[in-house]
Amino acid sequence: MSRVAAVGNEYVTVMIGSQMFGIAIGLVNEIFKPERLTPVPLSHPDIAGVLNLRGRIVTMIDCRRRLGIAAGDGVQDHMAVGVERDGDHYGLLFDGAGEVLRFSQEQIEPPPVNLDPHWKKVSKGVFRMESGLLVLLDVSILLDFGRKAAA
Amino acid sequence: MDELLRDFLTESGESLTVVDGEMVKLEADPNNREVLQKIFRLVHTIKGTCGFIGLPRLEKVAHAAENVLGKFRDGVTRVTPGSVTLIFESLDRIKEILAGIEQTESEPAGDDTDLIERLGVLAALDGQDSADPGADAAAGLFAQGTAAPAPETAHAAAPADAVRATAGEAVVVEAAAPVAAKSGDAPLANQSIRVNVDVIEQLIVMVSELVLTRNQLLEMVRHSNDSEFKVPLQRLSNVTAELQESVMKTRMQPIGNAWAKLPRIVRDLGAELGKKIELQMHGAETELDRQVLELIKDPLTHMVRNSADHGLETPAERKASGKPEQGTITLRAFHEGGHIIVEIADDGRGLPLDKIKAKALANGLVSESELGRMSEAQVQRFIFHAGLSTAQKVTNVSGRGVGMDVVRSNIELIGGSIDLKSREGHGTTFTIKIPLTMAIISALIVGVSEMRFAIPQICVRELVRASEGSDTKIERINRTSVLRLRDRLLPLVRLSEVLKVGSGQGEDPAEAYIVVAQAAGQTFGIVVDTVFDTGEIVVKPVCSILKDIPVFSGNTILGDGSVIMILDPNGVAAAVAGEIGTRNAAEDALGGVVVDSEPKQSLLLFRAGSAEPKAVLLGAVTRLEMVDAQKIERSDGRHVLQYRGNLMPVVTSLAGSLCAEGAQPILVFSEGEHTVGVAVDEILDIVDATLKFELSASGSGVIGTSVVKGRATEVIDIAYHVSEVFQSWFAKGAQGRARPSVLLVDDSPFFRTMVAPQLMAAGYDVTEAGNAELALRLMGEGKSFDIILSDISMPGMDGRQFAAAVKRDPGWRETPVVGLAADTDENDPGVFDALTRKFDREGLIQTINGFIHTQERAA
Repeated sequence: MSRVAAVGNEYVTVMIGSQMFGIAIGLVNEIFKPERLTPVPLSHPDIAGVLNLRGRIVTMIDCRRRLGIAAGDGVQDHMAVGVERDGDHYGLLFDGAGEVLRFSQEQIEPPPVNLDPHWKKVSKGVFRMESGLLVLLDVSILLDFGRKAAA
Repeated sequence: MDELLRDFLTESGESLTVVDGEMVKLEADPNNREVLQKIFRLVHTIKGTCGFIGLPRLEKVAHAAENVLGKFRDGVTRVTPGSVTLIFESLDRIKEILAGIEQTESEPAGDDTDLIERLGVLAALDGQDSADPGADAAAGLFAQGTAAPAPETAHAAAPADAVRATAGEAVVVEAAAPVAAKSGDAPLANQSIRVNVDVIEQLIVMVSELVLTRNQLLEMVRHSNDSEFKVPLQRLSNVTAELQESVMKTRMQPIGNAWAKLPRIVRDLGAELGKKIELQMHGAETELDRQVLELIKDPLTHMVRNSADHGLETPAERKASGKPEQGTITLRAFHEGGHIIVEIADDGRGLPLDKIKAKALANGLVSESELGRMSEAQVQRFIFHAGLSTAQKVTNVSGRGVGMDVVRSNIELIGGSIDLKSREGHGTTFTIKIPLTMAIISALIVGVSEMRFAIPQICVRELVRASEGSDTKIERINRTSVLRLRDRLLPLVRLSEVLKVGSGQGEDPAEAYIVVAQAAGQTFGIVVDTVFDTGEIVVKPVCSILKDIPVFSGNTILGDGSVIMILDPNGVAAAVAGEIGTRNAAEDALGGVVVDSEPKQSLLLFRAGSAEPKAVLLGAVTRLEMVDAQKIERSDGRHVLQYRGNLMPVVTSLAGSLCAEGAQPILVFSEGEHTVGVAVDEILDIVDATLKFELSASGSGVIGTSVVKGRATEVIDIAYHVSEVFQSWFAKGAQGRARPSVLLVDDSPFFRTMVAPQLMAAGYDVTEAGNAELALRLMGEGKSFDIILSDISMPGMDGRQFAAAVKRDPGWRETPVVGLAADTDENDPGVFDALTRKFDREGLIQTINGFIHTQERAA
């Protein structure tokens, strides 16, 4: 998998449930604590709602639901990663506070063939750490609601 | 692209649009030196610039055209329609070449020899033409006019000071004066600058943010009583408001910009269709948001084409109907309460009502009888429905079936509305109402299930508070909620159901707010829990993954910093239509809905006691009488009338009082050998109507209220009013024995409510059952009745199956079962002991009496 962005040998790590994920740092605008979330009726169930982030309207994605991770699995310390796609602002809700990891392209392995197909689509690769495995998220697929690729 | 070239393209495009308009003026008024001067100057500039930046093909065409214009100007060649057409042809060629340059950045290949030759011929005509007296006169005029200052220098000023911008993307920011390029002779040209639209858009976004931040600050300070921030914040607030206003102004453009191409279009159409058309434009300086302007350009053009093509007659037709040969299309724009009104009027033939009707019928939009009840205006509005072009023949101008419905949806897309007035033979006027700007709208903030939503104010007609026990309350027919609002039933949709939020599926709340909204040609009520506020909101588009939710048109940030969704009334209207299902275009136009499928009833409409019409089922009335008021006598505290040899009691409880003299209208009801008269004030009409009922509590004397002939009408429970008289008579006849008992089985609560009081009035005890299963349960409980009345067609177990079950039961076997037939086709009693018509009250009572008396005699 060579689609990892050229900017990124640095990754922001987040916990969703008990799994650690990595997002290329170049894609991340900010990390923020979501406040005053307004649910949007009739929207896709994976959309948690919209909120005002310093005058910008940000659409929040419930990553747990999106990845099919059961609620209550792991600590729920709500944080969000702000990303931008096609001029729209999105917030990816996750559970644990993140840190920035640095590793080289060679250390990234393709996702294992037996990975849940659901996850396989949104993962760009896997990185082996001392403490466990880190799944690299493909944000553009995660946010692709039109083709229901990751749904 | 080279900046010089880009500027040239932008400017030439603008100039050519102006030239188009001016040429039409020139054609109408060939001696207008000012116009001619302007055209010449603009074409001359284009030619000059071409030479300068090296565009030889363009230069040649422009040069040839300029030569002819020069001859016009010098009065050597006469301005004729033919020569104007030739100039137009060259202008089109120039535009073609410019478009090619815009795409490829170089001149497209092509041969203009023919055109240039013809222009050359026209320019060379001077010798022969000078003999023409008209030309001489023109030349003379021009000669006199030379003393006037020729502002040749003005045209150079605008481009020189212009900031670089791309063709088609530039908006002209005006300092104080009209733009030089547009008005031609404005000396203040250098007070305008060109600014890229992106810069202004960015500015607006920033100002919007600033407004929101200010609102947040104000909200915070409002809660603390004495804050040192108060004064500076007030200043900030004022400055922000002014800034917002100024910035919004930069987006405003005169609507004339959208009209600029119309004179040319109308002229060409006139030539093509052989019609003489004058286009009048008023209020071209009316300003509106650039974005809105872009979006109404096409609908406007389409409508003007329509007026020219279908609206106006040919000169011969016009002459024949006593009109001037030249038809007029009038465009008018003006401000009205935060909106722009644009009118497109023609003095043509008007909309052909018969053709619209025929077409609407053919397309199944309405039924014949519905059409009969519709007003002219309602019929005319059908042209806004899809696939209803009334053009007899499809011309290449219009009439391809994508007509006014597309215009309507385009206008509704920007939050506007469209209506029309037309008189056959006198013309048609379309009225478009559009918001000034789309970025900031005023909205009503409503709440449902702890959530807030904004509804654009433009489609809010009124706000109604409904509560249990007041006059305005939500009523239900079947599963549909309606509101009786003045003379009509308003279909209601609960926002909680549309949005699928909250529990909201059950009963109507005791208290609710109803936002009466109009969108997509429907008027309907949106039921919400609370209404918070109205305010200006900044519309922000939703992100792409939320775009496909039709009930939202955007979102916004409120003063308290939270985000709320903006409802799209058109989307909600679609939900209403989906929910009600039976609604069709005709009901739509009538503003009412058929919400129950009771068969049509003949009703007698009358007035009694109040101004509102009342009704009784005509079948119940034996006769209508007008009697001399003096003949009604009082006896034993009651009014009586000598009627056909008997004393007939007259009930006055409905009318309240009797006429002192003159003719007193009386409704006569008969029950066996008993007859009773009911005094009313006035008999109005007999109508066939489908009763769309809200039922009233039994015993109130009113069966229910229905809209009949467009008015809320109380349908009177006549049995209730005559019971007083009848009961005393029955009491005499039935002394010493129990009242016979009747079991009434019918799935229609309407019918039960109507019949049960009549049966009671006739001296029976009535037990009601809503279906056969409930009735059989009574059998299981060991109840017994003297007679059973059962509807024949019922959901679940029908009447015949029920009667068969009764006949199988040892306890009930002997009980007579009378079948109630809804229509006259049912003639075979079958398992029933007898059949009777559901709405034939007299027949029903007689049948029952017959069975009861037989039983009595048997006993």
